Formats: sequence, structure tokens, C-alpha cells
Amino acid sequence: MIYKETGQYNSNYRSDHAIFPLMQDKIAFSLLMLVAFLFVPFVVDSYWEKAILVPFLIYSMAAIGLNILTGYCGQVSLGTGGFMAVGAFSTYKLMTTYPDLNIMIIVIISGFISALVGILFGLPSLRIKGFYLAVATLASQFFLVWLFNKVPWFYNYSDTGQITVSERTMFGVPVTGAAAPPYATYLFCLVLVVVFGFAAKNMIRSKIGRSWMAIRDMDIAAEIIGVPPLKTKLTAFAISSFYIGISGSLYFAVYLGALEVTESFDIMAISFPVLFMIIIGGLGSMLGSFLGAAFIVLLPIVLKNFMVDLVGLSAVTAKHFEITIWGLLMVVFLIVEPHGLARLWSIAKEKLRRWPFPY
Amino acid sequence: MSLSKIKNIPFGKNIIELKNISLSFGGVKALTEVSFEVKRGEVFAIIGPNGAGKSSMLNVINGFYKPTSGKINFAGQERLQMEPEFAAKSGIARTFQNIALFKGMSTLDNLMTGRLLKQKQNLFMQALYIGPAEKEETFHREKVERVIDFLDLQSIRRTPVGSLPYGLQKRVELGRALAMEPEILLLDEPMAGMNVEEKQDMSRFVLTANHELKTTIVLIEHDMSVVMDISDRIVVLDYGKKIGSGKPEEIRINKAVIDAYLGVSND
Repeated sequence: MIYKETGQYNSNYRSDHAIFPLMQDKIAFSLLMLVAFLFVPFVVDSYWEKAILVPFLIYSMAAIGLNILTGYCGQVSLGTGGFMAVGAFSTYKLMTTYPDLNIMIIVIISGFISALVGILFGLPSLRIKGFYLAVATLASQFFLVWLFNKVPWFYNYSDTGQITVSERTMFGVPVTGAAAPPYATYLFCLVLVVVFGFAAKNMIRSKIGRSWMAIRDMDIAAEIIGVPPLKTKLTAFAISSFYIGISGSLYFAVYLGALEVTESFDIMAISFPVLFMIIIGGLGSMLGSFLGAAFIVLLPIVLKNFMVDLVGLSAVTAKHFEITIWGLLMVVFLIVEPHGLARLWSIAKEKLRRWPFPY
Repeated sequence: MSLSKIKNIPFGKNIIELKNISLSFGGVKALTEVSFEVKRGEVFAIIGPNGAGKSSMLNVINGFYKPTSGKINFAGQERLQMEPEFAAKSGIARTFQNIALFKGMSTLDNLMTGRLLKQKQNLFMQALYIGPAEKEETFHREKVERVIDFLDLQSIRRTPVGSLPYGLQKRVELGRALAMEPEILLLDEPMAGMNVEEKQDMSRFVLTANHELKTTIVLIEHDMSVVMDISDRIVVLDYGKKIGSGKPEEIRINKAVIDAYLGVSND
């Protein structure tokens, strides 16, 4: 009864093809946006910003990117960390080379640079598929991290190999550097995620999205109906890397502020967690990208709070338990609901449609 | 070379001529010196026992296999082989013997993929989804909805095709091919594994497409009563060789064809 579709008629194809065709979804999403833009910025503190909101937004961006490539186009990739590193180092180089350039423009250019690198590493995808492609993208992960570590030009010949962000402002408010207030970094990331989230959804419900899914589901049939395989796969690599590059750029400039490439963009630090996000969230689902990111960001915090504050374990023991429980949950999840949180949500919608009646 | 050139061919004139097509995979000869022609607007059937090379023949026509020798004259232009993308752009659509649908996508999306070649908006406009991009989507949606109406697919519009029963999947696959508004429709065993009613429905759809949309149909089918009923002309293959061709009534009394089907040795 709560989630009732009855009585909602779409009288034209335009409204039928809308992102949120149902009134309930429209209202829920509008409320979410109102809270996110008009309420959260006024109450957000440094803990919420650094521990939850900004990482959630950045990982959502990366998850959308990887979901486009893996979930929609069916090309498994383990190179997320490498492409995020491209975004981060592009941002650093652009910031130091052009001190007057607006940070928003720098972030977006970093996305385009990552897209170019993504196309390059996507070239093998025409010939290799599945696990073999995953291994090939693994090569991009290790090569790119190695490159940013070994070529001093990328970190401006600094002694430590670290890159550090300098202060940049939007409308007079600093969004990067130590002085940036929590609401500014949060809003900066939020705007990018909302804008590019909509762009991704629009691509998915258009021609290019259907081409990706056609390649994913049956590449031979896709070719027969006129989908060019190489071009379609490379577009997926480019757009996926664009999103991942932007998330890498934000990860460096807005979130961490200073980082060292082997540590921050390691395969265990980025590539696997983001892959888990889209698997747990739901492959081939926009909602899944967000749910997965929220799950991976929140789970350690919830577990830690539970074990340290409620049970009273020491922080070190709690950390060990946290890793164990994390792994356990991952396995349980894959067995119980291989289609991810997005599927759980759609099952819940089915139930809500007729609740509380049992039929 | 494009659709317009095909549209200029008068009905009843040759649209595809296959000349001495041979195809071999290593030592296996799938087709040997097969020649026939398809006329615009007809229902043309390729029949023959299992392994006769019928599907290979279709694959040659839409460029999925490259013939080892022989020539293809397509719409008045002679070439050694076809390319899948070129074939699709020139208005050749096909269905497969083992259903080749996009299983994770809904019926509607599957049919919409049939319109991909006709959608011209660039990536940026698609991402914005405003103005012309939206108009284009709606325009193609209307076209697809007509196919949905024609094939009675309304109730399964939003269902992922992987979960549909076999007969419906076959119908969706026909729908995807029809959504391309093809000039030539290649059907590889569209009625295999169907019951009598489903076969009747399918025959009706195929004939309507042929009569009203004026689509040329090249069909592979094992059910002889269907083939004899709906096709204008038939070619018979056996072991990769052409053993007969002509109108259904001629094929019915052709000695070589009867022998091939009943397994009589010609020695």
C-alpha cells in the first residue's frame, strides 16, 4: 500500500522513460536532494565530513565509473586505483603549473586525461575477455602506480615523493587545503556527484547505454545488429575512466590533501574495495553504486563503534575483528544475494507494494 | 551503397545473388559452390537435413563468415564478402537458431537496440538528455511500440528477456529484427521447438511482415508443412551442396531432395 503504482498512468513515452517514473520515487528523491543541499551543509562537522560524507561521495563517483565499465559493459577491471592515480596526479600537475585555474575546471580536465589513459588501456579489450581482461587491467594498475612513483616529474621532484594540495577557492570559499570548511568540501563533491550521476543515468537510458549492455550480454548478436564492438568498449573505458579520474582528483585535492601514490592508490586500498562496492551494491545499477559505496564506507565505522564503544574491546583488537567481519559479510552477501543491495531494494519495493496485505 | 539503393530495386528482381559460394573451416567443407538468388519481396526458404550448411549460408549473407571463394552480388554490387556492420546498415536483419537476445535487458530495451543504427545523437547530447536527444529517444520508442503492438508483446515490455519462456524469446528476437525496419530479414529456424499454435502465430507474423512491410524474407526451417505453405521459392542444401531449387510444388516431387531427406544413397 505504501509503494503503490496503481493509478499512476504515463500518457506519453517521455514521462514513461523518465528517470523516476513513479511519484513516490520523485518525492523521495526530491526530499533527499533538499536535505543534502539545504540541511546537511549547515550542520555538517569535520568528523562527518572526513569520515563519512566526503569519502562516500568520492567512492560513489568511482563506483559509478566502474559500474559503467563492469556492470553495464561487462568488462571486468581491476585498474581502478591506477586510473584514480591518473586523476590525482593530473590535478596536482595542473594545480602547480596553472596556479590561477579554477579548481572545478582542473578536476574536470583531470577526468578527461584519465579518459585518454583509459582508452589506451582499453585497447586490449577487443581481443581478450573476462578473467584475462581483468589481468590485463591489473597491469594498468601496477604500471600506472609504478610510473607515478618512479618518474619524479609527476611529483615535481619532491624528496618524499608526496604530492600536496594547495588552497583553491570556489566563490571565495576554500574547497581544498587545510583551511577548507567542511560544508565547502562536502558541497563541492556533492555537486559533481549529482551532475555526473545524472549524466551517467542519462547515458545508460540512451543509445550508448543500450550498446554497452548489448555488448555485455552477447557481443556477437550486438555486432550483427550494428554495434561496433571496439568503439563501444573504448567509449565505456573512456567514460568509466573519466568518472574514476574525477573521483581520484577529489580524493587527492579535497579529501586527503596530501598523499603518496603506492600507499593511497594501492590495489588493496582502491581497486578491490571499489569492485566490492559495485558487486555488493549491484552490478549494472546506478542505485547500487551509491548503496555499495555507502556500505563499504559505513561498515568499518559501524563495526568500530559497536566493538570499541559498546563491547569495550581495545582499538587494535577491534581492527582485527573488523577485517574478519568485513570478509565474512562479503562472503555471506555473495551467497545470499549475488545481485546486490539494489536487488534487495527492488524486492522490498515488491513487498511494500501490497503491504500489509498478505496476498 | 545504402538502403536507398536497395529500395530502388523493383519487387521481383534479384536483391542478393550468391555465385559459387564455397566455405571451409580447415579441412571441413561447409559449403561447396552454392549459387542461388533471392528476389526482392519474396519469402525464400533454405532447407536441408542437419549439417547441410544452411546456417553457414545465412552467416555468409550477413557477413559473419567470409566465404573461401565465390562472389556475392548485393543490390547490384559485386563483392567477395559482407561485413556485419555493413550488412546491418544496408538493411539486413537476422535472428539466430539459438536465441541471441540480450538476456539482462528488458524486452523494450532489446527492441530498442534494433534502432541503434538509426540513432544519431552524440554522446554529449545523450548525457544531457535534453531537446533533440530526448526527441530522438521518443521517436524511436514510438517505432518500437508499433512492433510491440504487432507482436503482442505489451505485457512483457519491462520483463528481462532472460526470464521469458522460449516461445516468447523467439518472438522478441523477431521483434528486435523487425525494429530495424529491415529490407531483408534472415530467420534461422524461427519455429524450432514451438508447438502448433506458436508456429501458427509465428507464420502469421512472418507473412504479415512480408505482405505489409514488404520485407524480403530468407528463412531456414525444418517444419516442411510451414515451409511449403509460406515460401515462394526454396533452395535445398545437402552436405554443403545445392541439390535442388524451385517453387514448393517442384521441390515436393524433386527426386534428389526426397532421397536426401529419406537417406537414400545415390551411388
